[in-house]
Amino acid sequence: MDLVGREVTVELKNDLAIRGTLHSVDQYLNIKLENTRVVDQDKYPHMLSVRNCFIRGSVVRYVQLPSRRGGH
Amino acid sequence: MATEEESAVKEPLDLIRLSLDERIYVKLRSDRELRGKLHAYDQHLNMILGDVEEIVTTVEIDDETYEEIVRTTRRTIPFLFVRGDGVILVSPPLRTT
Repeated sequence: MDLVGREVTVELKNDLAIRGTLHSVDQYLNIKLENTRVVDQDKYPHMLSVRNCFIRGSVVRYVQLPSRRGGH
Repeated sequence: MATEEESAVKEPLDLIRLSLDERIYVKLRSDRELRGKLHAYDQHLNMILGDVEEIVTTVEIDDETYEEIVRTTRRTIPFLFVRGDGVILVSPPLRTT
């Protein structure tokens, strides 16, 4: 039931939502995502060219996870 | 009679343990509320919730009348991790009639 390799959407405390493939997580719940794209790209054009990112755990509000069936 | 030490309620987190696999209400910072099924939690109040409804409450002030317009925005998320530092309170869902 490892979520590494699955598509997740990380919602940050500044309301930015980033969708990507979960690469890794550490003890602080820092998150590394690959193949990232911002969810509302018109509203948040900040990271159009960013494809991989490291997210500090403390800035995360939610992580939207795939349900058991494997998609969302 | 066997002693039930395993399910004894000793500290506040034990009260949350009683709600595992039940639907709960969570009040978060930034005027947000969640209702969902509690799958897991930890001492930080990080939580995993299933079939979640999020309610975001905003107050707009009309430029002319200065009246407060309270709006709520809802969305549903099937499976959600919530970081504990945003949690204010956890409760069984409030019954409205």
